[in-house]
Amino acid sequence: MSKRKSKENSGTNGECISQVQKILRERFCRRYATGKLFGIEHQHRHLLELLKRTAVHGESNSALIIGPRGSGKTALLNHVLKELTEMKQVRGNLLEVHLNGLLQTNDKVALKEITRQLHLENVVGDKVFGSFAENLAFLLEALRKGDRTSSCPVLFILDEFDLFVHHKNQTLLYNLFDISQSAQTPVTVIGLTCRQNRFTFLRRYKPVVLYYRRRAIFIHVAGLYYTVVRSLERPVGISVSWSAVGPADFPDESFAQKWNNNVQCLSEDKTVQDVLQNLFHRTKDLRSLHLLLMLAVSNVTVHHPLITASDLHEASKHYRMDSKANIVHGLSVLEICLIIAMKHLNDVYEGEPFNFQMVYNEFQKFIQRKAHCMYNFEKPVVMKAFEHLLQLELVKPIERPSVRTQREYLLMRLLLDNNQIMDALQAYPNCPTDVKQWAASSLSWL
Amino acid sequence: MPNLEHPVYPAATLLHLESLVPCRESQVSMLLSIFGERQQFSFPSIFIYGHTSSGKTYVMQTLLNTLQLPHVFVNCVEYFTSRLLLEEILSQLQNCSSETEQTSHVPCETFNDFVRLFKQAVASQELKDQTLYIVLDRAEQLREMEANILPAFLRLQELTDRNVTVVLLSEIVWELFRPNTGCFEPFTLYFPDYSIGHLQKILSQNHPPEYSADFYAAYINILLGVFYMVCRDLKELQHLAALNFSKYCEPVVRGEANERDTRKLWKNIEPHLKKAMQTVYLREVSSSQWERLQCDNGEPGQLKGLSAHTHVELPYYSKFLLIAAYLASYNPVRTDKRFFLKHHGKIRKTNFMKKHEKTSNHLLGPKPFPLDRLLAILYSIVDNRVAPTANIFSQITSLVTLQLLSMVDHNDQLDGPRYKCTVSLDFIRAIARTVNFDIIKYLYDFL
Repeated sequence: MSKRKSKENSGTNGECISQVQKILRERFCRRYATGKLFGIEHQHRHLLELLKRTAVHGESNSALIIGPRGSGKTALLNHVLKELTEMKQVRGNLLEVHLNGLLQTNDKVALKEITRQLHLENVVGDKVFGSFAENLAFLLEALRKGDRTSSCPVLFILDEFDLFVHHKNQTLLYNLFDISQSAQTPVTVIGLTCRQNRFTFLRRYKPVVLYYRRRAIFIHVAGLYYTVVRSLERPVGISVSWSAVGPADFPDESFAQKWNNNVQCLSEDKTVQDVLQNLFHRTKDLRSLHLLLMLAVSNVTVHHPLITASDLHEASKHYRMDSKANIVHGLSVLEICLIIAMKHLNDVYEGEPFNFQMVYNEFQKFIQRKAHCMYNFEKPVVMKAFEHLLQLELVKPIERPSVRTQREYLLMRLLLDNNQIMDALQAYPNCPTDVKQWAASSLSWL
Repeated sequence: MPNLEHPVYPAATLLHLESLVPCRESQVSMLLSIFGERQQFSFPSIFIYGHTSSGKTYVMQTLLNTLQLPHVFVNCVEYFTSRLLLEEILSQLQNCSSETEQTSHVPCETFNDFVRLFKQAVASQELKDQTLYIVLDRAEQLREMEANILPAFLRLQELTDRNVTVVLLSEIVWELFRPNTGCFEPFTLYFPDYSIGHLQKILSQNHPPEYSADFYAAYINILLGVFYMVCRDLKELQHLAALNFSKYCEPVVRGEANERDTRKLWKNIEPHLKKAMQTVYLREVSSSQWERLQCDNGEPGQLKGLSAHTHVELPYYSKFLLIAAYLASYNPVRTDKRFFLKHHGKIRKTNFMKKHEKTSNHLLGPKPFPLDRLLAILYSIVDNRVAPTANIFSQITSLVTLQLLSMVDHNDQLDGPRYKCTVSLDFIRAIARTVNFDIIKYLYDFL
């Protein structure tokens, strides 16, 4: 009896956990317009007002949303769009065209994509247009015909706006702004960019700059950062809001309760706060917090149903790993010796580039004076080790290697600094003592 | 040993998986927990880095194959342009979903088309609610393609709005990948290097059936003792272990020692392995040659390697041209008068002998020189009169095409070209010996 009960219990538990994982993974990975927005309420109101004017009154507008990567530009826009489509007077009366600078790399592709998203392929057909502007005007004209009573407003959303600026002659941008100013079709252009200096990247492109100076509205997003201070003030702080499961969309209420209580306890935990503080000092954007929480959440299993502080601690340890130190850790002793020789060359000649011959010479000096014949490898063997370092891009040639220069005389630079080398040497397993001493005393070998 | 566990997959499968990937348990369990269940979302992109042959490709491939997750595996070296790469991904995707029987070639020129076609391809019933994995091996090649390819792959989940995870495998750290305008940061995972214990364990795993496991393990131990300082590459060590094992067994086969005589066996194999480091490891002697040598009981190293064949047969004047070029490259200009003029007047010996540069030219490499200087040195070192015929000049350009000389700046072909000599000291000494010219006497570094 009891056995069956426990089994049943674990069964539902497993389902719950799978459900929790599903909800939280979607929340962290796909940035859906989730319930709340943090710190950008003002921008939100502003943008909503702007878009409402376009959709309802048929006004042409343009705006540029500026903010660093991961600051919630897309989230803000999605949120606003979702609210907009829920309004009665807007529904079915607004066409959206989403363009991305990564995908539409030139204007021809972009125009095709616009045609596709407006479902006008059959209208355009095989017509040949004289110019880009003509084509675009035709598209919008067709749109107007489709809706007899009044022209349908079109909302252009240009993600990675700074990449569109680099298009040849900026035909697309120029025409979009031209239409939004002159033609009757209400067109609103929303650009999203992470370039902070808004005019330096626009400066070279006269028409766009002029347009923006005169007309556009800038919306600076800097608010979707999480704050640790806030979580300290209110115990029901960030981690609750980001990893708690809402009771509304969760079947098992008791488990949700348990989970949320646990999360609340966690946010008061000292270790967790340390971890978050640490991450906060490094970066403030939400994406890295999501990464951390995702790692912690993926550890949750039936045997380990609730997140613990140590999970978060482990995840942050994973997050803080120094990748170059990891790579140096896996090198062979010979390669470590070569790196030390390069470090000495850097110290003596103050960062001048070096070639293989010099490194080999330095290494030979070490062998002849100090070490026993264990390290006495032949030159081709050393060369092979050196080329392995080159392959790992720990050393970088100044010019591109070509057939015109010999391999020994190619000038290189080391891409590790002294501290990294010394730290890596400390962590290196079974490092020979004389190599360690050699690394510590650079100048005495001259 | 931590056993792998996962709620979805049966324990037998996981046990089988664990036996397939020795010494990689923690990485596999990490990946399993990140992947989650089939219909759950995972990270948009995962970046896996680690050393050569630390099992990145192997672990990924076995993991995806054993669990039968829908995946696409592409090597970026093989598909070296963005178009080839995208088309290959789409065609493999067609094979994934059995619904579309006919596999037709889909042209896909831009990433925009790719996203559109990708959405169509994953619309089939099997792929719809499962995470699809796109594994890009040797991902450092992506940096060579157009600038939008790498950032677009990193946020493919967002761009397509499908349940897809892109896995990048590389030897190079993530910091060297990041574009200067920034991008979506992937989750980075490190595959640590195998320690000596791990290498021992993995290498001793497939021992030949006719000998005992301990015997083979002892052999691996000796092999690692010789090579571990230089090489930690599992593949290379595996190859060397396979090559040299027959030599190790020799005393046992001949009956001079039994399997327990470790010391005798070690004495037999150790010089042989040291020789192997200088030859087979550097690919001086090919593996088949090495095996043949062992069969015939020949002395290892009696074979001339690839680098021993540096002797090149050249015409008389070409030889002198090359010698002159070498002297021009490695001697400073101010010493030319002293070396090559017969009546150079009085030079204070002490002043001349005192070297100003601390480092010799043989350390810094060859310096470029103009054509005039090459010809002047040539006339001075050849005893009889040399006419500056077209033949001489064509020999200079043909030495350039043979890559014995190299032209330094390409802007001026006819007027005042500058050259560099790109041959080694040993090579030039061999050449000079054939024409009875003592080159060491004329080199400033060896005064």
